Order: sequence, then C-alpha cells, then structure tokens
Amino acid sequence: MSSLDNLYRSVIMDHYQSPRNKGSLENPDLTIQLKNPTCGDRITLYMKLENGKINDARFEGEGCSISMSSASMMTQAIKGLEYNQALDLADRFSKMLLGEEVEKEDFEDLEALQGVHQFPARIKCATLAWKAMEKGIKDHDHNHEHEHHDHDQK
Amino acid sequence: MISQEIRKQFPILNQRVNGHPLVYLDNAATVKKRIQVIEATDNYYRNINSNVQRVVHKLITWDTDTYEGAREKVRAFISANSTEEIIFTSGTTASLNLVAQSYGRSYLKKGDEIVITYMEHHSNLIPWQQVAKATGATLKYIPMQQNGTMKLENIKATITKNTKLVAMTQVSNVLGTINPIQEVAKLAHDVGAVIVVDGAQSVPHIKIDVQALDIDFLAFSGHKMGGPTGIGVLYGKKQLLEKMEPVEFGGEMIDVVELYDSTWKELPWKFEGGTPIIAGAVGLGAAIDFIQSIGMEEIEKHETALVNNTLEKMGAIEGVSIYGPMKERSGLITFNIDGVHSHDVATVLDTEGIAVRAGHHCAQPLMNWLNVSATARVSFYLYNTDEEIDIFIKGLKKTKEYFGHVFS
Repeated sequence: MSSLDNLYRSVIMDHYQSPRNKGSLENPDLTIQLKNPTCGDRITLYMKLENGKINDARFEGEGCSISMSSASMMTQAIKGLEYNQALDLADRFSKMLLGEEVEKEDFEDLEALQGVHQFPARIKCATLAWKAMEKGIKDHDHNHEHEHHDHDQK
Repeated sequence: MISQEIRKQFPILNQRVNGHPLVYLDNAATVKKRIQVIEATDNYYRNINSNVQRVVHKLITWDTDTYEGAREKVRAFISANSTEEIIFTSGTTASLNLVAQSYGRSYLKKGDEIVITYMEHHSNLIPWQQVAKATGATLKYIPMQQNGTMKLENIKATITKNTKLVAMTQVSNVLGTINPIQEVAKLAHDVGAVIVVDGAQSVPHIKIDVQALDIDFLAFSGHKMGGPTGIGVLYGKKQLLEKMEPVEFGGEMIDVVELYDSTWKELPWKFEGGTPIIAGAVGLGAAIDFIQSIGMEEIEKHETALVNNTLEKMGAIEGVSIYGPMKERSGLITFNIDGVHSHDVATVLDTEGIAVRAGHHCAQPLMNWLNVSATARVSFYLYNTDEEIDIFIKGLKKTKEYFGHVFS
C-alpha cells in the first residue's frame, strides 16, 4: 500500500462522503465549537449526557477528509461511553496518531486513521473533533463539581 | 535560462522530498535563502557580533557600518528619500502594528473613517480593528468585484472627507490582485488622509518607488524577499514619522534620560528600542544586493511568464476553480479542486515533492467573501522553472484522479 493509500483508507473516505451523525441535536447538554486556527477547519459538537454517560453525539463542521471522517467516527465511537471511557479513548487515539503503541481492541473504524501518523501536518486535523469532546467533558465535569450535586440543574 | 544558474545558489532547493526532487511553490509564504545571504549572517556571528552603537571598540564600527549599511540598501531599493525614513522591525506585522499603535491611536478619533479592503491579510486588518475600538473610528470596506479586483470608482466613493487613513495591500496574498496604489494614494491625499500599504507580497516581486507612488507608510518583510526571518521594514514619510511617538521605550532609542522624563533619539532610531536583529539586517542587505544584481524588472518578467503558463495549463483541467483576476496578477495562484479539500490536495502534492500552501492564508474575511473555508495556493519566485510547472500540473491531475478514484 502506498503511503497515500495508507492515509486515505476507503473507510475514511466512506466516512468523509457519508458522515455518520452529521447535523445538530435538539436540546443538547453540551455544544462545543472548536476551530483549527491555522487551517480554518471548524467543528460544532453536540452531546447529550445522562448519568455520567454520553447518550448521543452529533456534529456539524467544515474541513478536510481527515478532520471530518475523524469527527464522524468519533461520534459513533463515544455513544454510550462513560466520561472517563471517552477520555481514555481520546487519549489512546491521540497516542496512536503520534506513533505510540496503544490498546486498539475497541477502535473499530478509528484504526483506519493510523496512517495519519506518517503525515505530521495532518495530525491536528484528525484530533480536532476529539479535542472538542475532551473540552466539553472536562468543562462539564468542572462545572458539575461546583454545582454541589444539584441534579435539577440541566 | 535565468533559473537554472540561479537555482544552484539556493542550496535548500537541491533536496529530495518524499523521494522526489523538491518543487517549491510556496514562495508567498517565504522565499528560500541564497548562499550569500546565509554566509552574510554566518559571517556576522563568526567575525563581528557586537551590539549596535553602544560600545567603543574596534568591532563596533564594522557593525554599525553593516547594520546602517543595510538600511541604506533598503532605502535605495524602494527609492526612499532618506535612511531616516527606514525603520527596521521584526517584519510586516510589527511594522503595521507600529503605525497603528503610534499614528493610529494618536491621530484618529471618534467619527473618523479607516478605509480598508476585503482582501487584507489579518496583519493589515486586526491592528485597524483595534485602533477603531480604542478611538471610536469606524472601519469602511471598499466593495470588491467578483474577479477579486476593486473598481477605482468604488474606491473613490468609499473614501470621503471623514476618511483619515486608508489601509491597503498592494498585492493580495490570496487573489494575486495588484491594487492601483498610486491612484489610491492620490484619492487619500485629496481628502487629507494617509495611506498605509502592506507591501509583504509586492516589494519582493514588483519594482517599488515610494516617492513616485507617494506612499505614506509601507510595510514589508525580509524573509519574503530571500532575507532572514525576524527582520522587516517600515517605511514612513519623514514628516509623519517625526510627529509620531515611539511605541517601544528603553535601550537604544533614547537621547537623554532623567528621573521623571526622557527624550528620544532622532529618526529612525527612536522607533528601534532594544538590541535589533543585526544579523538579520545584514542578511537582508545581502538579499537586496542579489535582487539588484538581477534587476526587479527581470524578476517580475520571469514570474509573470510562470504565472501565465500555469494559469493556461490549470485552466485546461476540468474541475479546477481559480480565484482572483485572470490578467494583471502577481505570481501566485489560489485554487480548489472541486470536491477535494485543499489540505488533501496539499498532502497528495507533497507526496510528489511539490510544496504548496493550503488553508485560509491568514485572510479569513476574504475566505468568507469567496464563500470557501480553505484554498490551495502556488506562488513563484525567480528560481522556479517551467519544468516545475509541468510537474505541478501533473501532480494536480494525479490528485484529481486519486480522489476521483477513492470516491468512486
């Protein structure tokens, strides 16, 4: 496989052309907008949360095949995960892009993005959606700590 | 064949990227350095290296000669009246910010208008947004036509008696448009306004005579004309610079310092607080020597031939959109391949050893105007060849085919 074919695996192109979970969510618990200021890619990630889990996730945005397919794959992968599981997945995904050996058993489609490792200029494309998710969960967790477990606040 | 002999003088061009000879087509971002420029900065650190003006030992005279010698080379290069009008900065961004912070904040007030264009690089836009916020002046945009040029009548209609400053790039880093600076300067002066010209993309590629154009301020960068990074220039008319306050205070820029008050050195040094990038100025001087030995007319001629050749060949490829005017443009072409994001274009070309730019080119308002999120760009310099254009065109076709294939 040429390095190009390794980057643009068919599963990536499939997610790019037919993105999963594209669009907005009604009454999301979290809406995170993030841009890659150096290249102009942007994403809006919507998430619904319940009992410490990500119940639903959808995204809107504009960008290259790598950033958009990664966002599409991520929304699939994080649905139903507990916060710390989602953060752990994001961590392992980032490490894979940096060329580190990580546990990939639960990666499914995400593994196709491994080829990005050979294109350092594109790593930020692949991590954009994940950064949005991490930011959302971490900010939410932080705010939650200050709510003194007031469950009525939504 | 001007290029083949010249190419040898730029050592970085002689390398392979991803198994292919480097085809460097990102000269609007930065121009590669000639060996003599590298040697000039190297020589400065090896054999000269002392501070400017402060000390009294043997090396200092050489040093001041070289730093001030570079200033004289810049003066001659842009046909300024005096070296008092040549201020060394860290680059175009710093030069434009200097004008905005010093002139803009002192001489603009509520109700005044700053006239600007949709095609400005962020560094000739944000400083004026900040001046407008601080002073209550308003920003006014000159309407632009679909082909990325501005009609003189629209420029004329936008500049009014309330206009105090016109900020305009001479050459758009995205569209390649060459703006009619001389005419705009006259329109600005007719209403008593000053014109601030972003010359980052023009000074390296077009012959500039600041007195003939009657420009009040001109900002440009050393590295985009083959000099080192970290050195740039602000040209300003003497009578304007004289009435402006420095924005950086401290070492090197003072005359007398007392407990509660101080006075400044004369022009241009009052604007050069702190130890400057001396080696950068020396390297810039070497780059100017080279440009002068070739002649700006030759550089312009060569780049125009390259851009016309490329436009013709790109125009023949179906599904390639080209932005900006098709005639009378500078040596750069911004484009998109239908259905393929510019990052993906740049990545495929990179695997062929071809370096192009992809993204928003620090011109987000212009990207919005064009209704695109990102574009790819090729830009030329003296050392580029027709053979490289052919390699690029082949790469472009390959990119189109590749994505046509993976999408099918």
